[in-house]
Amino acid sequence: MKRFLLPLAAFAVLVGFLAMGLMHDPREVPSPLIGKPAPAFTLPQLHDATKNFSVVDMKGRVWLLNVWASWCVSCREEHPVLVELAKTGSVPVIGLDYKDQVADGKQWLEKLGNPYILSVVDSDGRVGIDYGVYGVPETYVIDKQGIIRMKHTGPITPASLAQTILPLVKELSQ
Amino acid sequence: MTPELGHFALILALMAALLQGLLPLIGAQRISSYSAQWIALARPAAQTHFLLLVFAFACLAQSFLTNDFSVAYVAQNSNTKLPAMYQFAAVWGGHEGSLLLWVLMLSGWGAAVSLASRQLPEAMVARVLAVLGLVSIGMLAFILFTSNPFERLLPALAEGRDLNPLLQDPGLVFHPPMLYMGYVGFSVAFAFAIAALISGRLDAAWARWSRPWTTAAWVFLTIGIAMGSWWAYNELGWGGWWFWDPVENASFMPWLAGTALIHSLAITEKRGAFKNWTVLLAIAAFSLSLLGTFLVRSGVLTSVHAFASDPSRGVFILILLAVVIGSSLTLFAWRAPKVGVGGAFALVSRETMLLINNVLLVVAAGSVLLGTLYPLLIDALGLGKLSVGPPYFNTVFVPVMVPLLLLIAVGPLARWKHADLRDMARRLRVSFILALLAGAIFPHLMGIWTPMTALGSLLAVWIASSTVFQIAERLKIGGGNASASFWGMHLAHFGIAVFVIGVTLVGGYQEEKDVRMQTGATVSVGGYQLRLLDIGAAPGPNYHADVGTFELSRNGHVLKTLYPEKRHYFSSQMPMTEAAIDTGFTRDIYVSLGEPLDNQGAWSVRVYFKPFIDWIWGGCLLMAAGGFLALLDRRYRLRVKAAVTLPGSVSA
Repeated sequence: MKRFLLPLAAFAVLVGFLAMGLMHDPREVPSPLIGKPAPAFTLPQLHDATKNFSVVDMKGRVWLLNVWASWCVSCREEHPVLVELAKTGSVPVIGLDYKDQVADGKQWLEKLGNPYILSVVDSDGRVGIDYGVYGVPETYVIDKQGIIRMKHTGPITPASLAQTILPLVKELSQ
Repeated sequence: MTPELGHFALILALMAALLQGLLPLIGAQRISSYSAQWIALARPAAQTHFLLLVFAFACLAQSFLTNDFSVAYVAQNSNTKLPAMYQFAAVWGGHEGSLLLWVLMLSGWGAAVSLASRQLPEAMVARVLAVLGLVSIGMLAFILFTSNPFERLLPALAEGRDLNPLLQDPGLVFHPPMLYMGYVGFSVAFAFAIAALISGRLDAAWARWSRPWTTAAWVFLTIGIAMGSWWAYNELGWGGWWFWDPVENASFMPWLAGTALIHSLAITEKRGAFKNWTVLLAIAAFSLSLLGTFLVRSGVLTSVHAFASDPSRGVFILILLAVVIGSSLTLFAWRAPKVGVGGAFALVSRETMLLINNVLLVVAAGSVLLGTLYPLLIDALGLGKLSVGPPYFNTVFVPVMVPLLLLIAVGPLARWKHADLRDMARRLRVSFILALLAGAIFPHLMGIWTPMTALGSLLAVWIASSTVFQIAERLKIGGGNASASFWGMHLAHFGIAVFVIGVTLVGGYQEEKDVRMQTGATVSVGGYQLRLLDIGAAPGPNYHADVGTFELSRNGHVLKTLYPEKRHYFSSQMPMTEAAIDTGFTRDIYVSLGEPLDNQGAWSVRVYFKPFIDWIWGGCLLMAAGGFLALLDRRYRLRVKAAVTLPGSVSA
């Protein structure tokens, strides 16, 4: 009888490992940019192309850089979370409209609400390359000295906002 | 409206699967006065289940072909500029749709069993279909609760995102359906094994019934894997045919287990031996298919479509895996001790040969499993992140495969029960000499002699000549009555010889040149010359491309013009390489464009000379053709009649 239980036992061990594997995210490769100054850029603003925005403009404030695009389906999922966040006013969010058409981006924000204090247009994706954007949406937490403290890959959920992003923002603001 | 109809059909299919999975199973235990009716429910339930899923699948296809971007899945995987063929193929281009295809195939196999099982005992059919229904319940619940392809996205997008450009290749249109047919097809062998365990009657009849189904699934899987390999060769732009990546391994493990199962079913059918082992293999083959689905779909190993996957999916499918495989192995542990051992056999016999074959194939599957899961184990234990690459697999795999290949020539010569070693040696004498000569001489004809090419040539000639001599012997004593499975087996074994030739010669004699080329430049490879005439821009439906024009010639004779492309899809940042290949019987010339190097029109270009590479896929097709021939064997139908004349003799 006992030897016939061996396959079951081996399988149980395997399931244990797979369950542990599920908790580890293979994508969670630490970004080399963490602890480094946010790559500098100057880009035109989405709603007023005559005005530019640069990273240095935010010096002295803790802020979020959120990479989004009107073509990005996961961004739709994330968007209401950002809109709620904007209502609380706890942290300013700058949008990086990534590889997008200006008209599409504007229309998207009109329809779904605009949580950003401003958005900039990265139409050719150059800035995205500097930031190592891997897929949209992505969010960077940047501190008062302009140093990237955290990178969140994929849509922000209410849980990730409450448990990791906002506590970090609070800590950095002190 | 159409997506809602499809969604509704999916829900109804779940209901049908519940009926199919539960009532016939209870009925077959004959504990109720309604047992006969419940058993009779199995077939119509399986067929309804299948038709509902065909309808759901058609609804999703319709949403794709009409560019309905109010369906989230369509918006993510299609685009108005996408050619119609790919709009259809995009149905299974993402997570949700490929699961729908999976479960459609599963119900298709169930429907096939319900139609082609009139001669089987009713209780057996009821149990087999019920097991298939139970698996389908799990998968349908997974789709409906975590991965619904019909979910709406309101307001609709004006334009969809596009199908992953890597998947926009003719090879990829047919590769997943073939692969899934094979993967999922092992569910039938699994269902027969479970049904036999439940009934407590593991006998030769059970093995005979599951044999053709196993072979059919194996044929599809073989073709599916070969097509995947051919696609990688064409599309990835670096001329390789196998990369040992987790997704490939996920399909290869069930193939190895399935190959072992085909051979062990032969012993169980003919000699009644190894019954427990065969049952365990049947469970293992399907379990590895499920595990492959888990690995590919949960994202624990790969990060393709990373943002679409949420952790609840991984947990759901892991629970599904644990329930399906865990309960089967528990059933096995409970029932197996009561099963008899079957006929005795001598040390030198066909049984022994097949046993060694099984051990080697299982070791091979185990080593692939270990290599695939090792990064995950290390990560789970907190020991860091690493990846396991081709060096591991080649080191482990070749030593296991060499004895297996040596055995192929010998095994079919051995008699059941007790084989005459001296007689076998006599019949293998000529093959042995030919193989040694091939190993010693053939590499010199191709260029240089190396141990690996010598070994490969030796093995290929050993297998091929022994196969040919066995056929010749058979024809001498009257080949007319040779069965289809005789021809099938030898054709498949011959296919392996062809495959080995391809692998050996590509590995040993390919030439590879990475060069900087400007218009007018010439590069020579493998005795051929390739001249770059021009690189210009060309528009495509959903991309723009740079197209190179190369003139292929040999000794001054122009043979062909080749047009490799570098495509930039509007939807993706990654440029795609479309290699141009001049395919020949004994060699391919492969050109792919790298990157533009400056503004003066210089490009980096990759040129390969690939001797005998098409023999790799040719060998796979011969193996699949062999499997198909074996399926046609009359005896499956003849014995079937015998079973009909003895009603009740095998029912529980």
